[in-house]
Amino acid sequence: MTNQTSDVLDVTDLRTYFPVRSRGLIPRTIGAVKAVDGVSLSLDAGETLGLVGESGSGKTTAARSILMLVRPTGGSVKIDGEEITDLSARKLMPIRRKAQMIFQDPYNALNPRHTVGAIITAPFKVQKVVPPGGVKKGVLELMERVGLNPEHYNRYPNEFSGGQRQRIGIARAIALRPKLIVCDEPVSALDVSIQAQILNLLRDLQKEFGIAYLFVAHDLAVVRQISHRVAVMYLGKIMETAPRELIYSRPLHPYTHSLLSAVPVPDPKRQAHRKSRIVLHGDLPSPIDPPSGCVFRTRCFQAQERCAVEVPPLVELAPGHHVACHFPIAVEDLPARAEVQALTADDPQEATPDVQIVSREEAADGAAGAAGKGRGAQEEALDEGGAAEEGVSLNKPRA
Amino acid sequence: MTVVQDTAAGFQSAALTGGRSLRQIIWARLRRDRVAMICLVVLVLFYLIGIFGPIVGGMVGIDPYKFDSASISDNAGKPVLDWGGISAAHPLGVEWGTGRDIMAQLLFGLRISLVIATSATLITVAIGTVVGIIAGYSGGWTDSIIGRFMDLVLAFPFLLIVLALSGVLTQRLTQLGVPEGNPSRILYLILVLSVFGWPYLARIVRGQVLSLREREFVESAVAMGSSKRRILFTEILPNLWAPILVYATLTLPAYIGTEAALSFLGVGVLPPETTFGAMLATSVTYFNVVPTYLFIPGTALVILVVSFNLLGDSLRDALDPKAIH
Ligand SMILES: Nc1ncnc2c1ncn2[C@@H]1O[C@H](COP(=O)(O)OP(=O)(O)O)[C@@H](O)[C@H]1O
Ligand code: SF4
Ligand SMILES: [Mg+2]
Repeated sequence: MTNQTSDVLDVTDLRTYFPVRSRGLIPRTIGAVKAVDGVSLSLDAGETLGLVGESGSGKTTAARSILMLVRPTGGSVKIDGEEITDLSARKLMPIRRKAQMIFQDPYNALNPRHTVGAIITAPFKVQKVVPPGGVKKGVLELMERVGLNPEHYNRYPNEFSGGQRQRIGIARAIALRPKLIVCDEPVSALDVSIQAQILNLLRDLQKEFGIAYLFVAHDLAVVRQISHRVAVMYLGKIMETAPRELIYSRPLHPYTHSLLSAVPVPDPKRQAHRKSRIVLHGDLPSPIDPPSGCVFRTRCFQAQERCAVEVPPLVELAPGHHVACHFPIAVEDLPARAEVQALTADDPQEATPDVQIVSREEAADGAAGAAGKGRGAQEEALDEGGAAEEGVSLNKPRA
Repeated sequence: MTVVQDTAAGFQSAALTGGRSLRQIIWARLRRDRVAMICLVVLVLFYLIGIFGPIVGGMVGIDPYKFDSASISDNAGKPVLDWGGISAAHPLGVEWGTGRDIMAQLLFGLRISLVIATSATLITVAIGTVVGIIAGYSGGWTDSIIGRFMDLVLAFPFLLIVLALSGVLTQRLTQLGVPEGNPSRILYLILVLSVFGWPYLARIVRGQVLSLREREFVESAVAMGSSKRRILFTEILPNLWAPILVYATLTLPAYIGTEAALSFLGVGVLPPETTFGAMLATSVTYFNVVPTYLFIPGTALVILVVSFNLLGDSLRDALDPKAIH
């Protein structure tokens, strides 16, 4: 069935809308949550694509749609060259062997009433696959491979820590040697010390088996450690996608700038410039009624009239570097500080948000950015110390 | 979500004690609960008596059907001896009018009471679980239709219907080949108890399934290509046995009580067979003269029902992860 494309995963214009129904005797569909709205991406064998965006931007829905855990509203998903969006559950069966998922919450991802052995055996049973040496031997080897003690075969998930549970989930995911694993924030729920172990394990398994990862995360720091390419998502759409180094050293989209501004990213190149602070306020707009034109315009410091009327297409500005913005901006050109007061839901028709910008010159004047309205002494002190990462973060890492 | 995490965290502390399954943990907890253990012993005794009592009784010559005319006076059928005719031959006395042995009736009545309540509970649990799982997992139209149907069943005036249909339906059962008389009447009781009882459990199960199917382990099962059957019965069902077990231990005594009430109202078994309810009905007639007669089946009924209820409560506590110490 494999055709000429070598991509393990090929997603084109994926859209997943959830109907919004009125309450009442006869529910009517009165709208749609556009959780994923025109996402395209692709993955080669053995490659990792990091998918980043703040909570609610549609990453999980995209991940679930790609594996047909929720049926997409439109678009195409090809796994190993085969179109799967229109396949029945029965026809999907053999393809599910090739694509697996690792979940965010290791407490929910394992059935509390099944032993570890039963959990890792399940994929073999369901797909009727017998590894050389038998299923039991295969399961024990898998446990060993992901760093679990095979003697714990008969234990229940409640006896394990979060990190060990995630290892169980990983063993289950790699059991059938899939070509693709969709990882939905696999380390967000774990302690920082354990995050690194799990990321290392995933990387080792990728080298050993040539698995491709679609790696979802809500901050750029985690993704940096594992991804070859990064895609930044906002309100159901891809804003920017580029090879890893470019995303961190030469980001062009205002949203990527603000994400980077919120996360401490040690990078000598970026240290060279005086680091800017792009501070976003307010929440993500509702995906039921997204802003016209560019969906980011209600919180964008670059927004202009044009952004309200024209949807920016995702265009390739450099090889492999795609940006969906009318006014992309390079790091050097960033203002020292931009504070964005998001448009509220009451005035979505207004074209541009209230933006306070401090230019480099002003900041350099030593005027301590006095122009910034509502800027407290404490924040100024932070600025002085160059502790940009302590600015109001767009995406507070979960505790 | 929080409940789920509490569960996980709660069981984790218990789990640190070693590699034990949830079942073992719960059993250990139940073992420490003295009330639960007493109730369990009492209930096991009741069942043993219900199963073997009549057999043993028959061997030692206790016969609930035998009229002992010597033990009652000729004119009013009043037991000759005091306290309802208690004697070595009749430790709990004899029945008015017939002179039948009350202890023998209790043994045989217990068996029928237990048969009715236990079978009705099993059927209720089976129907309630299957319907609840299907409604909860399917959602959509299936769920709506099942939901409306359950509302309909629950809205029926149970007592009225059971009394009104008793004659017709018992006859229909006889026509279908069930032996006439008490077998048909017993089957009728089992059926009406189950038919009107399952929606309560189905609702509980449906609610549980609604939250379980959102859990990621179900999603993982879908992602590996599991059949719907496997998801329902291998992934979801094992997570339901706790609420089902608690529900069953609380339903069984309720059914014993309902059966007693129905027998009291005349829908139950006919003499010479008897049940706790039928005995109560007879004894009430003589309450002014021999109050002890009422207390014998009454006490037995109360002990049985209370033991079940207390055990059910303990079980619920043992299964509640937040109650761990
Ligand atoms: N099953 C669903 N029904 C309705 N809305 C949903 C459903 N799942 C997600 N959403 C909505 O879709 C949007 C994206 O959610 P999600 O994909 O979970 O984002 P992320 O993983 O990036 O946090 C949110 O607004 C969320 O409320
Ligand atoms: S298109 Fe306009 S609103 Fe959107 S990111 Fe670019 S500048 Fe901002
Ligand atoms: Mg998510």
